[in-house]
Amino acid sequence: MATTLKETDVVIIGLGAVGGVAALPLTQAGIEVVGLEAGTWLTRRDFAPDELRNNYRGWPQGVQKANQEIPTSRATASSPTAPRGTIHPMQNAVGGTSLHYWAQSWRLNPWDFKVVSETTRRYGAGRIPKGSTVEDWPFGLEEIEPYYDKVEYEVGVSGQAGNIDGKIDPRGNKFEGPRKRAYPMPPLRGNEFLDKMAGAARSLGWHPFPGPAAVNSRSYQNRSACMYHGFCNRGGCHVDAKNSTAVTTIPRAQATGKLKVVTSAHVTTIEVGSDGLPSGVNYLTDGVEYFQPAKVVLLAGYTYENVRLLLLSTSKAFPDGLSNNHHQVGRHYFSHHQGAGVSALFPFNINAWYGLPAQGIAVDNWADDNFDHGTLDFIGGGNLWVYSDRRPIGAAGMNTFGRVPNWGSQWKAFIKENADRSNTSYIQKSTLPYEDNFLDLDPVVKDPLGYPVCRVTAEYKENERRIAAYTQDKMEQWYREAGAIAVQRGPVGGAMGVSTHAYGGTRMGDNPETNVVNRWGFSHEAPNLGVLGASVMGTSGAHNPTLTAQALAWRTAERLVKNFNGIARRRS
Amino acid sequence: MTFISRRDLLKRAAVVGVAPVAGTFQSRDDRGAESPALHEPGVARPFQGRDRAREPLENLTAGEMDILDAVVARLIPTDANGPGATEARAAHYIDRALGGALASSRPAYTSGLAALDRYARSSRGAAFTQLSATDQNSVLIDVETGAATGFTGSSAAFFALLLNHTHQGTFGDPYYGGNANFVGWDLISYPGVRTMVTAADQQQLEKHALKPNHKSAYETDMFTKATARLEDESLPRLDARDSDAKAEV
Repeated sequence: MATTLKETDVVIIGLGAVGGVAALPLTQAGIEVVGLEAGTWLTRRDFAPDELRNNYRGWPQGVQKANQEIPTSRATASSPTAPRGTIHPMQNAVGGTSLHYWAQSWRLNPWDFKVVSETTRRYGAGRIPKGSTVEDWPFGLEEIEPYYDKVEYEVGVSGQAGNIDGKIDPRGNKFEGPRKRAYPMPPLRGNEFLDKMAGAARSLGWHPFPGPAAVNSRSYQNRSACMYHGFCNRGGCHVDAKNSTAVTTIPRAQATGKLKVVTSAHVTTIEVGSDGLPSGVNYLTDGVEYFQPAKVVLLAGYTYENVRLLLLSTSKAFPDGLSNNHHQVGRHYFSHHQGAGVSALFPFNINAWYGLPAQGIAVDNWADDNFDHGTLDFIGGGNLWVYSDRRPIGAAGMNTFGRVPNWGSQWKAFIKENADRSNTSYIQKSTLPYEDNFLDLDPVVKDPLGYPVCRVTAEYKENERRIAAYTQDKMEQWYREAGAIAVQRGPVGGAMGVSTHAYGGTRMGDNPETNVVNRWGFSHEAPNLGVLGASVMGTSGAHNPTLTAQALAWRTAERLVKNFNGIARRRS
Repeated sequence: MTFISRRDLLKRAAVVGVAPVAGTFQSRDDRGAESPALHEPGVARPFQGRDRAREPLENLTAGEMDILDAVVARLIPTDANGPGATEARAAHYIDRALGGALASSRPAYTSGLAALDRYARSSRGAAFTQLSATDQNSVLIDVETGAATGFTGSSAAFFALLLNHTHQGTFGDPYYGGNANFVGWDLISYPGVRTMVTAADQQQLEKHALKPNHKSAYETDMFTKATARLEDESLPRLDARDSDAKAEV
């Protein structure tokens, strides 16, 4: 029998990148918040520059609930299930994956909010890819701009603005939508190779610029500047220069005295009262059951866990899962097409040992609708990203560009010469939701408690594969311009698999027939349930999701602050 | 949270410091001619000058280790380009990790190493360790491509596992028992684990003037348990947060 705890105003499930942000405006307004986190606190002493532990062993220093619940995946409903991963792409801890993510902190471009109407206006309705369930967002960039701004300043983002109130600054991204002010910190530093790549882009007539990062380029809010030690990729920061919520918004929320952080809280279900509204959250700590009653429940896990928890939370009012009476939970799922990379070999060292994946040069000329698609056979595009990131085990496993075998004396001679001479670009492509891409519960595979894990059924479609081929051409052109002597491309894309950029499943929109949450992030069917994270996003754009998910989380929290009595469940 | 005890650190540093290294870095391609076929796995072999002393094995049998030693020596050979996986003690890394982080791979090693040796005998007429380097390479090519028979599942999967773990044992942090004397990092000119890299350091690197520092991450005080207390005193904020970390009911 579960121990029933004292009721709180708001319970947040998951204190990661988005739950950790939402806690701040709520507690600053005096609302009592309990944050349930599956992981524990990790601090800078846990973040050794250790490639084995970070990149190969799944962070054994943390409580990795997620590693027990890795989703299964298959390309289509008739495909065989793919071999299951052994390490979940996300992790559990206070701060969640914002502890070890790349920290690229992009705003979306204006087009990303209006894919349907803008495509129809410019090219005709027939250009929306067949089978896609894409909708315009219920608002445009101007609605979310103030929240991007709040997060950039509260969390701390380094970058170069490209458009302040319509005034274009060619040092930044001239394609970005208008922003009210500059980033709070200048961009991360460059280096010889990045300068060379920027020069090559300019000689092609493109517009290179340094990308935005939730990493301190100078000391900010009494935390250190970045030390560029090279272990940021899936690594925590040993000087707290990476602006995870664990060192920014969460401690500030705690300082109000209104946030209670409960670690090692393994949430199993959201409880629904006899009035048909969510009444609190069931969780386990060390095998002991607790029930945390709350007037408002904010679900802030990663996309897979948000969908899974809703589907597992069945009740009389919601027999097919919480907020799923319209059968939209798990629909409109997609993951960012981040594959189909391009690798290049240079005849000189590029000195990438001491950098970070958020330190790089971007080109947005081929992203979104920044170029004319009139004669092309796809919509959308990709952000080209070249960055500094290399560690020894990864370097030894480098692409050998078909020149030598993968082991033996020839290979050894090759890596001795070339370990620091290759570069692999990261190309994020606009990805759309489709009718037959979805998440549900796996009928066979269960977690150690006996609950089914999430199942991904999804593949990249023709539109995404055409973007991949097109942007690979551009990337190869860029590398060749900079002097590459060999270039190789990854496959243009098949099954989506399990991703670090998982979107949809609880999509936001005005129409309850096709969306789980309303324009404010609260459930159409269960109004005192809010959902935070990229699971509410209906399009991806060509840039990382975290900043957008955090801005939306702030906006949902602010809505709750302003309308608490209208949203909160009354004691029944 | 995982910390490394001071004692462990010293013990392991000592191991790294005295790690015996094969006599010379000359190519082992002539090994067949120099060292006659010696032994069956598990049978004591006469002392040879180039045999390195072996530490007690933690997980693998002596016979399995003989095969693994021979395999990693082909994957990253000792040759004109310097030390390889043998000197890095990659096999020692694997043996130790099979009792910890790589424990789930232990059965794959039991069946894979046995299958590899059976395949060497059936296809090349001798135990793997007794074959010439050329024949060992050709056996490994069969294993890599999935052409080798007698494996549970595809031999290619076992090869991929071996290669991955050999990379870990050659290029990983020496704390874990491989990359002895930093031979892996030196091979690829990695200048070493640092906690701070200034713009001036980066410029030195770009001028090929940044010297390797030959340090394990765990030689940096802040990541060891021994100095954790000092760290706490300098960061009272962390203490406060840690005390918050218990689930309150």
